[in-house]
Amino acid sequence: MPIEVNGKTLETDEEGYLANLNEWEPDVATVMAKEDDLELTDEHWDIINFLREYYEEFQIAPAVRVLTKAVGKRMGKDKGNSKYLYSLFPYGPGKQACKYAGLPKPTGCV
Amino acid sequence: MSDVKKFMYVNRKAPYGTIYALESLEVVLISAAFDQDVSLAFVDDGVYQIMKGTKTDGIGMKNFSPVYNALGDYDITKLYVEQESLDERGLTLDDLMDIKYEDEDDDWAEKPSIKVVSRKEMADVMDQQDVLMSF
Repeated sequence: MPIEVNGKTLETDEEGYLANLNEWEPDVATVMAKEDDLELTDEHWDIINFLREYYEEFQIAPAVRVLTKAVGKRMGKDKGNSKYLYSLFPYGPGKQACKYAGLPKPTGCV
Repeated sequence: MSDVKKFMYVNRKAPYGTIYALESLEVVLISAAFDQDVSLAFVDDGVYQIMKGTKTDGIGMKNFSPVYNALGDYDITKLYVEQESLDERGLTLDDLMDIKYEDEDDDWAEKPSIKVVSRKEMADVMDQQDVLMSF
């Protein structure tokens, strides 16, 4: 189902992931979050930005346990656990955060 | 967990031109989710998969070389490269990417993932595996 962002229509796949990763802009995340009845805070953006940097460097969306470990290392142990990440992204930190970040579904996401 | 098996993924083909290398990489990343003992072998033209400075602009394909650098995050830290395969192609360890992992048990020290082994040693490592998958 395509989404409307700043007057542009962006294609998504059947699960709602952006079809063309280059079309991402911050408002994509905001619009997708709104559909999930979620208001994005700085804490959400920390994760979204981290995912975009990770993808830029390694060309893959990290599996959730890789994300959890990396967040713990970069942002402190109190954030590097699935409870914290699920509190931000209730539909699953890997899947939901990657979707907002304009990334494909994580490789190795079971 | 008592029933950890040793899985080795054997990469024999050049990275582009066929789908084998990319498929192998995907399977490896997925298998990492199951907490098994995973290692990779690079033999024959497979050694080209982890060469430095790969550029794919000319063939219009996504360059998946950077993914090998993420393997450490997935606790895949054993990449065996066969010496004879390098020799036969006029390559040395210096021609390969500097793939590293961070050792959690050693204060996150960066350590090299690539181990160059002889054909004989490679055969021994393969012999120790429970499961071998060839791509």
